[in-house]
Amino acid sequence: MDDTLIRALLAGTGLVLATAPLGCFVIWRRMAFFGDATAHAALLGVALALALSLPVGLGVLAVALVFALLLFRLTRGGEAPDTVLGVLSHGALALGLMAVALLPDAQVDLEALLFGDILDVGPRDVALVWAGSAGVLAVALWRWQGLVTASLNPDLARAAGLRPERDDAILTLLLALTVALSLKLVGALLISALLILPAAAARAFARSPESMAALAAAAGAVSVAAGLALSVALGTPAGPSIIAAAAVLYALGRVVAR
Amino acid sequence: MSGLRAMSLVALERIVVAEGGRQILSGVDLAIDRGEIVTIVGPNGSGKTTLLRTVLGAVRPQAGRVRRAPGLRIGYVPQRLALDPTLPMSVGRFMALPARPPAGAVPAALAEAGLPDIADQPLASLSAGQVQRALLARALLSDPDLLVLDEPTAGLDQPGSAAFYRRIESLRNARGCAVLMVSHDLHVVMAASDRVICLNGHICCEGTPESVASAPAYRALFGEGTRGALALYRHEHGHSHDHGTRDG
Repeated sequence: MDDTLIRALLAGTGLVLATAPLGCFVIWRRMAFFGDATAHAALLGVALALALSLPVGLGVLAVALVFALLLFRLTRGGEAPDTVLGVLSHGALALGLMAVALLPDAQVDLEALLFGDILDVGPRDVALVWAGSAGVLAVALWRWQGLVTASLNPDLARAAGLRPERDDAILTLLLALTVALSLKLVGALLISALLILPAAAARAFARSPESMAALAAAAGAVSVAAGLALSVALGTPAGPSIIAAAAVLYALGRVVAR
Repeated sequence: MSGLRAMSLVALERIVVAEGGRQILSGVDLAIDRGEIVTIVGPNGSGKTTLLRTVLGAVRPQAGRVRRAPGLRIGYVPQRLALDPTLPMSVGRFMALPARPPAGAVPAALAEAGLPDIADQPLASLSAGQVQRALLARALLSDPDLLVLDEPTAGLDQPGSAAFYRRIESLRNARGCAVLMVSHDLHVVMAASDRVICLNGHICCEGTPESVASAPAYRALFGEGTRGALALYRHEHGHSHDHGTRDG
């Protein structure tokens, strides 16, 4: 194995530490559109950062955070969140693509933005992904009991003296951070797939919320390894290969769990 | 009354709640004291659940004050548990949400609730009555000062409901916790209450079950029939269980 592949494997498995627990909440709380919309908005962050000559990671993080909080506020009202999120999600994607195209003499690799380029990560990227994922995981574990309780029934959490609204906001911030960490690796179009597929594959074998998150992490790591192997063997792009491996894992799980 | 208020577990003063431009509660006063069973009755849309959620702190009133005794522990039993099939949850794990009880407490609580040996079973595999008992057992694990129940017997038949309310009453007697509940089973639940509050956006009348059942405001809402049923339940109650008489 060459260094590129090892770095890709390290970055992918590091990212899975964050996407596994968050992906579970995305599934339990039916936030798939939410993840999509935030990921699409991240494209705008890339364009904005390049236009202002700021670090791309910073632009992505800032826009993802602002957009996620905006979505959070909007969906609180409870008015047709699916439609609103659908409009915002695809609107953000379209605007992001336009903004990237409008950049003067841009050296933007559109394919890498949409599907990621995990084979292009450097040692610094690997360290950043691991640090960021560890941070997301630590906060998720810290708020775990309250978040799981509120996923089941927010009033159960309130009666116990917790503040589910605050935990929801924390979860939103964690999702935005994870989106920012994921963009370079799997791209704007596949981030929510990386959140959802391993967690969905884990569901059939899980008996508790914790085992689902742990199994999702395992499924995610296997998907990353299998996807990279596929990518090398077939010469296919790495991001889609990882997601395809996760989809196969999900299908296998459904058959085996029967 | 103000002297009592000082020792109340929860006191709502002149509460006003509006949602979507519609006023749901207007000028509601409610104080719950240690150890009393208070039941809220009222027609659909009368604000019963909203009042309960205001006590929990889930609804923020537009006007009025909510005071809770410092360190108040509330045990909450929701009307239904909408369990999303994507969320794997065993009965034992559910009991440990959100506070992890000391080791051994969960099996003991489940056994006490008449649900032994099911800690490893999925919560989704339980019957409606079993879920209701598990919810109650979970709420009791925190040793609450106040037990809040939202239509706890929805989905149970009348004998099942009567048994459930007798259980609530004996729990109160054993633990001394106050109970606040909402119910549709007017006659059954009223008999197990110290105080009944008849709600219809505002408090129409309140007092002992007997006084409320004969109050004109209550009869205007629920008709004449329930009084006979209340007597019937009292009668059955007296025969099936030797509780004796109890004054407030």
